[in-house]
Amino acid sequence: MTPAALRVPAIDDDTPELRARLHAIWATTPGWKGWFTTVDHKEIGIRYIVTAFVLLALGGVEALAIRLQLAGPDLRLMTPEQFNIFFSMHGMTMIFLYSSPVLSGFSNYLWPLLLGARDMAFPRLNAFSYWVYLAAALFLYTGFLTGNGPNDGWFNYVPYAERQYNPGLNQDFYALGMVLLGISTAVGAANFVVTAFKMRAPGMSIDRLPILIWGTLTASVANLVVVPAVSLAFFLLWLDRQFGTSFFRPAGGGQPLLWQHLFWLFGHPWVYAIVLPAMGMVSDGLPVFCRRPLVGYSLVALSTVATMILGFGVWVHHMFATGLPGLSLSFFSGASIVITVPSAVAVFAWLATIWTGRPVRSTAFLFFAAMILLFVIGGVSGFMTASVPVDWQLTDTYFVVAHLHYVLIGINVFPVVGATYFWFPKLTGRMMDERLGRWNFWTMFLGFNLGFLPMHLIGLFGMPRRVWTYPAEMGWSALNMITTIGSFAFAIGVLLFFVNVAKSWRAGALAPADPWGGSTLEWALPSPPAPYNFAVIPTIASRHPLWEEALDENTPRSTITRGMMLDTGKETVTTTPLDAIPDRIVEMPCDSWAPLLLAVALGILFVALLLKLWLAIALGALLVLGALILWLWPQRRLLEREPAHG
Amino acid sequence: MSAPPLGYLTSAGERAAAIVPLTWFVLAVSVIVGMVVAVLLLAAIVHPRGRALPTAIVAGDDHGLAWIKWGLVLSALPLIVTLVWTMAALGRVAGPPRSPALVLDVTPRQYWWEVRYDARDPADRFVTANEIHIATGARVLVRLHGGDVIHSFWVPQLSGKTDAIPGQTNLTWLAADVPGRYRGQCAEFCGLEHAKMAFEVVAEPPAAFERWRRAQLQTAPPPSSDAAQRGARVFQSHCASCHAVRGARAAGSTAPDLTHLMSRRLIAAGTLPNTRGSLAGWVRAPQTSKPGALMPDQQLTGQQLGDMLAYLVTLK
Amino acid sequence: MADAMPAAPGPLPVGPVGRRGLGQWGVGALIASEAALFAYLLFAYFYAAASARPGWLLEPAPKLWPALPNTLLLLSSSLVAWIGEKGVERGRRAEALTGLIGAFVMGAGFAAVQVYEWSIKPYRLGTSSYAALYFTTTGFHMAHVVAGLVILAMLALWVALDFFSPRRRIVVSAGVLYWHFVDAVWLLVFATYYLTPYLGFAR
Repeated sequence: MTPAALRVPAIDDDTPELRARLHAIWATTPGWKGWFTTVDHKEIGIRYIVTAFVLLALGGVEALAIRLQLAGPDLRLMTPEQFNIFFSMHGMTMIFLYSSPVLSGFSNYLWPLLLGARDMAFPRLNAFSYWVYLAAALFLYTGFLTGNGPNDGWFNYVPYAERQYNPGLNQDFYALGMVLLGISTAVGAANFVVTAFKMRAPGMSIDRLPILIWGTLTASVANLVVVPAVSLAFFLLWLDRQFGTSFFRPAGGGQPLLWQHLFWLFGHPWVYAIVLPAMGMVSDGLPVFCRRPLVGYSLVALSTVATMILGFGVWVHHMFATGLPGLSLSFFSGASIVITVPSAVAVFAWLATIWTGRPVRSTAFLFFAAMILLFVIGGVSGFMTASVPVDWQLTDTYFVVAHLHYVLIGINVFPVVGATYFWFPKLTGRMMDERLGRWNFWTMFLGFNLGFLPMHLIGLFGMPRRVWTYPAEMGWSALNMITTIGSFAFAIGVLLFFVNVAKSWRAGALAPADPWGGSTLEWALPSPPAPYNFAVIPTIASRHPLWEEALDENTPRSTITRGMMLDTGKETVTTTPLDAIPDRIVEMPCDSWAPLLLAVALGILFVALLLKLWLAIALGALLVLGALILWLWPQRRLLEREPAHG
Repeated sequence: MSAPPLGYLTSAGERAAAIVPLTWFVLAVSVIVGMVVAVLLLAAIVHPRGRALPTAIVAGDDHGLAWIKWGLVLSALPLIVTLVWTMAALGRVAGPPRSPALVLDVTPRQYWWEVRYDARDPADRFVTANEIHIATGARVLVRLHGGDVIHSFWVPQLSGKTDAIPGQTNLTWLAADVPGRYRGQCAEFCGLEHAKMAFEVVAEPPAAFERWRRAQLQTAPPPSSDAAQRGARVFQSHCASCHAVRGARAAGSTAPDLTHLMSRRLIAAGTLPNTRGSLAGWVRAPQTSKPGALMPDQQLTGQQLGDMLAYLVTLK
Repeated sequence: MADAMPAAPGPLPVGPVGRRGLGQWGVGALIASEAALFAYLLFAYFYAAASARPGWLLEPAPKLWPALPNTLLLLSSSLVAWIGEKGVERGRRAEALTGLIGAFVMGAGFAAVQVYEWSIKPYRLGTSSYAALYFTTTGFHMAHVVAGLVILAMLALWVALDFFSPRRRIVVSAGVLYWHFVDAVWLLVFATYYLTPYLGFAR
């Protein structure tokens, strides 16, 4: 049977019968087969989050090893070789394998729920993106476990990364692993962009999007165009190392600075990509606990986008000491100072939300509120480095290390942990333990500040980054000991978090649909939501579909319990990009082996490239091609002949 | 506690001095902003007006916009001051001096610093390593050449960082007002012993500097004692392919010039004091005190080592 | 209180119709990302060229034979592919197959000439940074040509199997759009490597 060309979607109430019908259509196949073939965004989202947390723990253990080596002067717990691999692994893990994927995980899980959609725009691509992320993580950690971890820091400057100075496989693992990871990031970003523009519930016009959507959308648009820069840079490095090209080798006319431009063209927008969605979590979560809408919604949304636009123009501030001309320095210095303005907008909006609201001091609230302070500390230290002459002193010292930890832990880890407390009931159907939550929060907060606030001083006292040890007479010993103690306290805090997650997931109190009195659509769904998310497609009339009664008497109301049923197949509706007017009924893909197959094929190809096994490279390439054709083979149901053609 | 040698909240020369007040200013702004936000947050959280969930929703969308307005107005002032001050400071410190009193060509290598003193007359040029002498009050132009990988030249008390990048020559400059020894350090990760790649800038009154300069122009005297002569032969067979001693036949250029080794306070790029004991330890087992250094262990016998030291101490 | 009314749209298209559908957005995102990739490759060329010493350009006056006619061949293959797409749109299978197979043959011709051109270059991948950039950029483009050829071949196969109809043909439109992209990017690559030297850049 071929579908009709046009159809008027039937409208009805949300009934148990409808739910039963939808469940049969949407549920993932049970058992191991379903585990490998699922395309449900909720499954994939949770996998992303769990994998990212495992990597957070690994990166954390690496950090503790580093901190032990630096606890006192002239310690010899590690050799310089081990130390260099450990700090590089730590940076690479936290920046590439934890902080972005964890946000992708939350966004994957939450987006369709927030948008009133039944899934992401491209569910199979979503599964593929996860598998490739997993493959890249395994690839990079295989390097580490075989003694071939990256050893030139996460930004991997050439020529030190070239074969002449770095003969092992370390850099080849890093280069190819990053290209592989780039594929995952880019397709994930594409999925978010299309989902944001096409998959919103009717009525959810662009000015009604939750800020988390703005954050991830902005980050995804950026990733889509900047990830190729770093993938290319790593690929060219690999060519330099394995095929004797001279992109970055001065001997053949190459330019070491080209690496830095390509890397930071990507790197700086990336930094925003790993904080903007987390800022969105705070913008959406904090107001729920302040019992009022976010102050200055439009300004905050705008500042999110403005940050990224300016963020494309500040990459050179990572290169102030490379001998650039004065005009260029002035421009990038100015842009880097100006970029504080949109961030300030968000900070004042959050402060105003707390001050004009009625804060409820839940654990999630504490994490969100703490994030504001840590964000400000990371922000002002960043503002200091924006001033070129000051940066010539600050750069490459522990001041910058302290700054980036306030940014990444303050604006990524704290909101993510807060978001876990906030959305855990939705994800698992169980509440997290609030009492343990308090302990968790205070250990993390105090430990973090004990560890990293004094680190600014270590930097001001001149300790350079990436030194494996230091002499006693430099005056850094006491501060380093404090930092080490603080890091361990912080690590205990993170451990308490993991304990709370594990304990609550198994035996936490059962969660109602809406434990916090939230304002957005996900809280209208059972905890956890059904495979199809929404039994009827909701119709949205405001930014706060669940708070309309409380906020205003006279606006139109959103409808969540009555709407299009779309129950004749695995169907949902797409809408227009700006006003979200329904424009098409679309058939969503069922469970599929294609994503896993393609990811495995890519994995084989990259291992073969690493080892330069030509036969295996050819085989891997053929497998990739085969998996792609299998994926794209037109589905009879959807695409082929109309009745007229038989 | 004495000031940390690599600290930069104080300065000892005009270039670094131009930045210190700006550094203190942005630091003060940062601390104040952080404290204000901390107080605002604490005040709002410690006395919450709400209690348990769920409570009524309190306000419409427009309340609180004044926070953003006034917040931005208040932040604009320090931002503008910083911007203007930054540009002014940049103008003062960025450009290298037009007529420097001294021009140095510095080539950092894994993990030491080669320093060439330029002069109009080739007879006045000489090369040394890891210890830079300058005259107080003189503006010194430093041309940074890329040797192997990227390094960064940094003497916190005198000047901020400038990278030395293969394939290009970067210019920086420094000046010292007060005589003294100022520690410098490689500030761009460069490999296994990035940590132990330091140097010293010795600022001396012009007369003392001139004496030092003339001394450096001398070649090494031939060894006189028997031990030193034997040591010179050991040096020639084990060290001369990398190290140079002007006046002897050793002319290697991939490791520090040792013509005036004993005039330096530290050895192994700021790692060890230049005493007979640590020199012996360094020559015998460089990988122990500086693992990853490119200087190989030469497997010298006790006799050879003793002779070599007898020779090295003549290189004054 | 205002009434709660669910959105009740009239007749909606079911699935992709013509060139419109989610797939169109997906290909758009893919092209945006790939265009960025080529932008960085060309950035690398211009960056290296702008800071290079004289003599960096191994071909100060690049030979336009056979590159220029080959470029015209590739660009006209876009037109032929478009005819193929129109054929599917009009339900004329022969026309569709002619267009798609024609574009495939022209694209394969382009690739063959390009490989020949590589083989007669006096320099190799490892010769210098210019050589590395030239071979890598044209190599990246070649990889996209090969991907495009596979797509054209698959489309022709599917058309031959009568998979598409005037209404259900988004796969054809998306594939042909990708081919247009491959051709358009070549124009930029060609202009950068073959034409800017004549404008005096990096000479």
